[in-house]
Amino acid sequence: MTRTVVVADYGVGNLLSVCRAVEFGGGTPICSPDPDVLRSAERLVLPGVGAFGNGMQELIARGLAQAIREFTATGRPLLGICLGMQLLFDASEEFGPTDGLGLIPGAVSGLPDTDADGKRHKIPHIGWNTLTRPQDLADWNGTLLEETPTDASFYFVHSFSPRATNSADNLAFCTYNGRVFTAAVQHENIVGVQFHPEKSGPRGLALIERFITTS
Amino acid sequence: MSNPRLIARLDIKMADLIKGIHLEGWRKIGNPWDFAKRYYDEGADELLYMDVVASLYDRNNLTDIVRKTAAEIFIPLCVGGGVRSLEDASNLLRAGADKIALNTAATKRPELIAELAQRFGSQCIVLSLEAKQIGDGKWEAYTDNGREKTGLDAVDWAVRGVELGAGEVLITSVDRDGTFKGFDLELIECISSRVSVPVIACGGLGAPEHMLEAFTDSGADAVAAARAIHTERTSLTALRQFGLHHQLPMRQI
Repeated sequence: MTRTVVVADYGVGNLLSVCRAVEFGGGTPICSPDPDVLRSAERLVLPGVGAFGNGMQELIARGLAQAIREFTATGRPLLGICLGMQLLFDASEEFGPTDGLGLIPGAVSGLPDTDADGKRHKIPHIGWNTLTRPQDLADWNGTLLEETPTDASFYFVHSFSPRATNSADNLAFCTYNGRVFTAAVQHENIVGVQFHPEKSGPRGLALIERFITTS
Repeated sequence: MSNPRLIARLDIKMADLIKGIHLEGWRKIGNPWDFAKRYYDEGADELLYMDVVASLYDRNNLTDIVRKTAAEIFIPLCVGGGVRSLEDASNLLRAGADKIALNTAATKRPELIAELAQRFGSQCIVLSLEAKQIGDGKWEAYTDNGREKTGLDAVDWAVRGVELGAGEVLITSVDRDGTFKGFDLELIECISSRVSVPVIACGGLGAPEHMLEAFTDSGADAVAAARAIHTERTSLTALRQFGLHHQLPMRQI
């Protein structure tokens, strides 16, 4: 049985790595800019890097925003990566307020430009960092992070970060110089990760494999 | 320095991995792909490919190896050398690069940084700086592997590049490159304290202590190793173990 994964091509980001990571996870990637292909996908990945406004414009101009909403309404699984995760939320303040896909309640804002002591720190947050589980979440069983050890690192590169309105949507946090931000969210059939699993070595590949085989 | 990165730098001339001293006197070392694969297996946090003859041919020749890397290696990849337009950058990104390092073309036309940052995002754009010391606390920016002067003060140029939209600065000390004498800590510190984005120290790594001092004394956010690991003077594994032993919050493999 082949497990197909449609990777939304809306002109931003390195799709090749995502598609290869899907192959490594035992899936068959279909990289497509076609709204109809997205609508009828078995599972969908929304990748992306760059600015929120530009990403959203591209999704709308290509008719993909509506296609993604229709896809998620079917209950089939969606994984948003980095900018693709941020676009799932209601809005972002990057370069002025911009509406997002509105699939997860919440908004995207800039990472604080100071550390927890108020000292200026480096933005973007670039590098490998570990995840922490929200206090009210007993374990990651049944999620994409199942079996992820607490010392496992993932690759982040971002200046903005989303905040979910419902704390129950939070799956993982990450801490950068004492500043805590959202690293992974899950809202029904929609999962988003701020880090790049396709750039996080074997740990990241395992996460993508779990997306393909368990959902 | 909050999550210090260890980057393997590969200088590539046509089909060969090469390495010189002071960015000159290149020797062939081997097939870049073999080295890239080995560094991935040894836990490199990132790979950096530099096409060292791109300026001679007016184009970057690394598309094939970039494509192969993106297909088999799942860590960030930065590619530089000969990138002079939106189209050049776009081709490399589509081939599988995650970041583009800009030097020569940006010194000639700084707006290129802003154009690429607006199109692809700042996180994609690395300002690559080749710096030569010209006096006490003064460095000049060079291009074409330390051959061509730009007349630009290296520190001021780094600040300008970040203002234009570069999301990282790669600082290569021409004086230290390939010497194993340690990084130019003063240079790294001067730039790191003046810019708001992460800086990568490059040029001079010969021993694990050099990495440690770059992180703890000069404010480097990442270090790049080249000749020292190509020649097996040290290894990525040894560097990481040394860092972790000294409580650096490096990635646990």
